[in-house]
Amino acid sequence: MSTDPMAEIKASFFVECDELLESLQDALTDMDEGNYDSETINVVFRAVHSIKGGAGAFGLDALVAFAHRYETVMDEVRSGRLEIDHDSLKLFFHTADFLADQVSAARDGLPEPDGSEACLQELEALMGDALPAPVEEDVSDFQPMGLSLDLGITDAEFGDFGLPSLDDGASENDAAWSLTFTPSDALYASGNDPAHLLRTLRELGDVTVRCDLTALPEFDALDTPQSYLSWHATLPGELDESDIREVFDFVEDVCTLELTRETQTTPEADDNLSLADLAPQVEAPPNSVAPTDIVPTEPPESEPNNTAPADNPAAAPAPVTPPLKGAPQANATAEPGATVRVDLERIDRLVNLVGELVINQAMLAQSVAEAGLPQNSKVMTGLEAFMMLTRDIQDSVMMIRAQPVKPLFQRMGRIVREASAAVAKEVRLRTEGEATEVDKTVIERLADPLTHMIRNAVDHGLETPDIREAAGKPREGVITLSAQHRSGRVVIEITDDGAGINRKKVLEKAISKGLVPPEANLSDGEIDNLLFLPGFSTADQISALSGRGVGMDVVRSSIQALGGRIAITSEPGKGTRFSISLPLTLAVLDGMVINVAGETLVVPLSAIIETATLTSDDIRSLGPQTNVIHVRGDFVPLYDLGAELGYRAPKSSYEGGIVLLTAQDDGERSALVVDAIMEQRQVVIKGLQQSYGHIPGVAAATILGDGQIALILDPADLVQNASGRTRGFDIALAG
Amino acid sequence: MTENTNKKTSASEVELLSFRLGEEEYSVDIMSVREIRGWTRATPLPHAPDFVRGVINLRGTVLPVVDLSVRLGMAPVMGDARNVIIVVQMGAQTAGLLVDAVSDILNLPRTDLQPPPDLAADSAHSYISALTIVEGRMIRVLDLASVLPEDAVEAA
Repeated sequence: MSTDPMAEIKASFFVECDELLESLQDALTDMDEGNYDSETINVVFRAVHSIKGGAGAFGLDALVAFAHRYETVMDEVRSGRLEIDHDSLKLFFHTADFLADQVSAARDGLPEPDGSEACLQELEALMGDALPAPVEEDVSDFQPMGLSLDLGITDAEFGDFGLPSLDDGASENDAAWSLTFTPSDALYASGNDPAHLLRTLRELGDVTVRCDLTALPEFDALDTPQSYLSWHATLPGELDESDIREVFDFVEDVCTLELTRETQTTPEADDNLSLADLAPQVEAPPNSVAPTDIVPTEPPESEPNNTAPADNPAAAPAPVTPPLKGAPQANATAEPGATVRVDLERIDRLVNLVGELVINQAMLAQSVAEAGLPQNSKVMTGLEAFMMLTRDIQDSVMMIRAQPVKPLFQRMGRIVREASAAVAKEVRLRTEGEATEVDKTVIERLADPLTHMIRNAVDHGLETPDIREAAGKPREGVITLSAQHRSGRVVIEITDDGAGINRKKVLEKAISKGLVPPEANLSDGEIDNLLFLPGFSTADQISALSGRGVGMDVVRSSIQALGGRIAITSEPGKGTRFSISLPLTLAVLDGMVINVAGETLVVPLSAIIETATLTSDDIRSLGPQTNVIHVRGDFVPLYDLGAELGYRAPKSSYEGGIVLLTAQDDGERSALVVDAIMEQRQVVIKGLQQSYGHIPGVAAATILGDGQIALILDPADLVQNASGRTRGFDIALAG
Repeated sequence: MTENTNKKTSASEVELLSFRLGEEEYSVDIMSVREIRGWTRATPLPHAPDFVRGVINLRGTVLPVVDLSVRLGMAPVMGDARNVIIVVQMGAQTAGLLVDAVSDILNLPRTDLQPPPDLAADSAHSYISALTIVEGRMIRVLDLASVLPEDAVEAA
């Protein structure tokens, strides 16, 4: 199956669909923020249109039908016949979600999602009587050309050409259309045939086409892959501009297309943007190019490059193309730079190899150090440069895996829409820092916890519109999702402007569930953190959204599995903020190298808050087997790392011992006794899961400079699985 | 293992790598052997069964090492320069087997292999898939699947 070229093309079509859906979401969000300009509307239209076109080529009829009806409505918006307001936008969002479902249904061969028909009908109801008869043959038209999607032809520059069509007023001018169509080399290279396009054009009505051969060089000078020909066509004035442009839909970025009224259009007929676009044409009307040959309605049958050469080479296209070329560039600023699609496996291989390089470099450094060479020797300086280079390569390779969080945030937009509809609240999602880049794996594994937290924010965080109004807040609640880089980590925050955590209720609940002793005296922060306890749920009633038994404890453990931390802050009446801090990558980690019972171990630096040497005053015996240490007024449980890992028996005295004070995200602290602290360094993470399996208290392994494997500890897991755990609850909270 | 054998050697022949554990001689199908390495100190794993010696660095991958002597109920291999680690692969799992020494590569007709007699008193015999006699010595053919620390993988 993998060799099936069609499957490959199809796969890339779906990748493209994802991109289109993303830009669709973007544009809708833009519109939601009050930006109704024609460019934005056009992006929406184009995205839907391109999906339809591609889907047609693969015979995905359900998707085509859906996209077509969506497109029809969008076309009404584009032409200004349909006003956009808040409600219709909501519907557009909703339909976009369904479109995404349709795409994934088509990709996975699933049945059509439920409710799409209802959604479409609702959407079409917006148009009222203005619904134009759907153009059925329209769809079949796409089939032969839709294939070109795979050849790198995108709709990137449509906006630069498509805008003039927006103004309906212009089409009332019935002067004949004059069309100049100049294919570029790329048009031929991508397998398009001008003859086909022109034939389609002729189907529109009474069309006259002339071929312009002025650019054709002498036969000897003819470079066959080059494009020399252009065509001038005159079309009846009653044709709709968008219909004409539709013919060239799939080639528009590989050709130069000029469409003007024979008599100059009156300025008021164009909106501002189209005026700017048309200006060059006014200066250089297509007629200024002297045609040397006239081909009535039919382009040459043979490949145009092979036709007999004419004189006057190269001069003709010059005045036409340059001004138009300038326009797309000016507008193309929003377009991303050139990108390459690479198989993830290859990148992972590269990441692994760079990991090897780092280890090798460390081994080399160690053996050079052992050789006792002077510091200023050539080997030493060379090694230093090598070290820096390695670090740079490592950083760059990690960057490849990094992806913006934007698609993730967009998914959350949908969650908000669905969740708010389910509980009848008005919610707006604001996103900040969408361009922030995070490791791909982190993004993938963040989706579930984030979904859960967003749902929580809608369901529990925000009040109902009536209560909000009574509290003097706008009816519409706002959830802000932000991402930013902060000191080598990524911080993602989910903030709502709801009522904040009802601490009294939380505490009562915790007491009634036996999670906290009734007499406990907890600070605000401690109460907030109770939300993360397993088996805690404040919702009195099980709503459509929550109460399904998945709590914040699951969210916290999945964040922790990513090496992240989660914190909560809340202000009554103002709202709640969840803050997730994540490492940039899962492949490298800053760790403290320690020694316990002759074994070298690595503790993630992010888990350590401080290190200390114990004095006899610090250590207090809690039970016969357990100790706590006294750190600035707090009691922290003591764990002997050597004993916990089974390397040796517990020591009789820990006086003078070195402890690492580690903190978990709930603020719970623990002290780990180690024998020695060796150094602090960056280590490459090697999974143990695949080769051996999970070991309690061990997160992964790494390879040290001497080629030996060292285990990377997971202090939180270690403490949880610790043998001598006899702490009382109040001590845990005292941290 | 058997698949490999069928593909790479003729159906009637079997190629075995034989090695020594204490005074006894064992062997594994050579098609499942990836390489043989000299002894390196393994990093012990906490909470691991006693026959798991630890993990070693095999060119950048973490390789669990099984002390075959302990696995078969004998005294642990000493762990010095004369000992070797046989790196074997079973499906997706790769592991090292710590043995006293590698002795020979044997080419045998498949018919020379005979199933081990059913002796319930000896726990080690469940790790043996066949027996054969070469030059008067009895050689046990290991059942790799039962030797590797699969329990740990399943528990994960």
